[in-house]
Amino acid sequence: MRPRTPVSPYLMMAPTALLLVLFFFYPLLFAGYQSLFAWDLLTPPRYVGLGHYAYLFESGELAQTLITTLTFSVVVVTGSMSLGLLLAVVLNRRGTFWSFVRGCIFSAYVVSWVSVALLWLWVLDADGGVFSAAVRAVGLPTADWLGDPDVALYTVAGVTIWKIAGYAMVLFLAGLQDISPSLYEAAALDGAGRWQRFVNVTWPLLRPTAAFVGTTSLIMSFQVFDVVRVMTQGGPVHATTVFVYAIYEQVFLNLRVGRASAEVVVFFVLLLGLTALQLWAWRRKGESPHAA
Amino acid sequence: MPREAKRQPPAAAAPPSDVGALLLKLGLGAVALLWLAPYAWMLSTSFKTLPEIVAAPTAPLPSGLNLEAYRSVFESMPLGRYYWNTTVMALGIAAVQILVGLPAGYALAKLHFTGRGVALALVVATLLIPAQVRFVPVFALLANVGLANTMTALILPFGVSAFGIFLVRQALLSVPDSLIEAARMDGASELRIIYGLLPPLIAPTLASFFLFSFVFHWNDYFWPLVMTTDDAVRTLPLGIALLREQGTGVRWHIVMAGNVLLSVPALLVFALTQKYLLRAVASRAG
Repeated sequence: MRPRTPVSPYLMMAPTALLLVLFFFYPLLFAGYQSLFAWDLLTPPRYVGLGHYAYLFESGELAQTLITTLTFSVVVVTGSMSLGLLLAVVLNRRGTFWSFVRGCIFSAYVVSWVSVALLWLWVLDADGGVFSAAVRAVGLPTADWLGDPDVALYTVAGVTIWKIAGYAMVLFLAGLQDISPSLYEAAALDGAGRWQRFVNVTWPLLRPTAAFVGTTSLIMSFQVFDVVRVMTQGGPVHATTVFVYAIYEQVFLNLRVGRASAEVVVFFVLLLGLTALQLWAWRRKGESPHAA
Repeated sequence: MPREAKRQPPAAAAPPSDVGALLLKLGLGAVALLWLAPYAWMLSTSFKTLPEIVAAPTAPLPSGLNLEAYRSVFESMPLGRYYWNTTVMALGIAAVQILVGLPAGYALAKLHFTGRGVALALVVATLLIPAQVRFVPVFALLANVGLANTMTALILPFGVSAFGIFLVRQALLSVPDSLIEAARMDGASELRIIYGLLPPLIAPTLASFFLFSFVFHWNDYFWPLVMTTDDAVRTLPLGIALLREQGTGVRWHIVMAGNVLLSVPALLVFALTQKYLLRAVASRAG
């Protein structure tokens, strides 16, 4: 449609544009600028050039944080996707009972990260936690779920999977419902069993959904903070210091705004990379919509 | 709507046998329990007393409906103010996002103008700049103009939602141009079209987005944590998380009572508006 006056579309975009510049684009540029200075919030900033980046790369701090974050992301994405897919396939049925089960699982995605973190802190508590008690009751070895540096990251990842599996499930359900029943009928006529129908009909058609769920979960897990802040504060001995927590620690505990900004810039570049991966995955499935 | 009808789960393929169907139900009942049990455990713990927690922390039920823990939560923090702050912040964000998103979505969906593609691309690009990337400079910016520790600092930085603008735009694409042209002929101003004519036409989309945004920000912990130092603008998730940080030791009944107060409103909203929330989440894929 033609706008009523030539300026009206720009006026309509103006509030959005203003907020975008103030709260998105300027902060991003300013973080880049700040990363060239050493600043402790109290004394005036001092120019250090690329010093922060050199430090982050040479000290191994960045590598360590990156390994922690990527390990966490890989566990969370594979865990929540396979669980979500399994639940979606099994729960794709009509009826109150199934809808109730779906609701239970998805409710964890709706409550806050703080709630979920507190809930599991208590369930996993070393002294009074029911989880350890239950594990002991069935005769399995128990662990110090949040106090052991070798275990804590996987515990937090498990809690995260519990929270976001419902997200994957809902998206996979939407994908499943877009598959025409006639395809299954045709496959059944050809004598395909349950598993063959899944491999030859369901999965190829769900691949676009899977690409979307995978990349959004990857980005979501990459930005994890709340659950770490409440459950472990990055510990024990930095075993759960993921990227955003490291940034938070630089600003609020070490008062190193410049170095935090350098980490922000690296984090942003990594997010860009992950998104490029997402676009690539989308394009790829576009090329072969009826693979297999 | 035909699309809604299509989204209904298909009737299950005939189960192999009644026994199989029963086993499946039992199995998935157990799965549901895996998600329900932690909430039940939280509720049970919240009604216990300190001696009970110390003596038998894993006892499944409290000795009675003891409200001591809830009293302690009320005494240790200005709970009413936290609820108020959280609700005002979440309502404010959702409202600003819709007020700002409607004209932008309308221009992007319906009007031809130079730079429309670029504008849409810039809006979508904000998805790449999450709060975790922005908080340091935004805090400095707001502190400079004396807006640190205000509701403005909690609401305005989230005033634009790319997801919201995108949803409004998608919904408006299916509104016929003739409706808008007729309103123009009747002398309606563009403002009147944007805020009067269009919202009822895309009400389900707006409701879904509003709920999604409200719940998301009601639950938010990160932004209020890094933006506020003053109790006057603190939100509920911060206050409840603090219960645990104050060296609670074994006083888990108090932490769980706080957690009930934090999670039950979200669960209630979910139970009442499940359809809309699920739509908002599922529409991200479409």
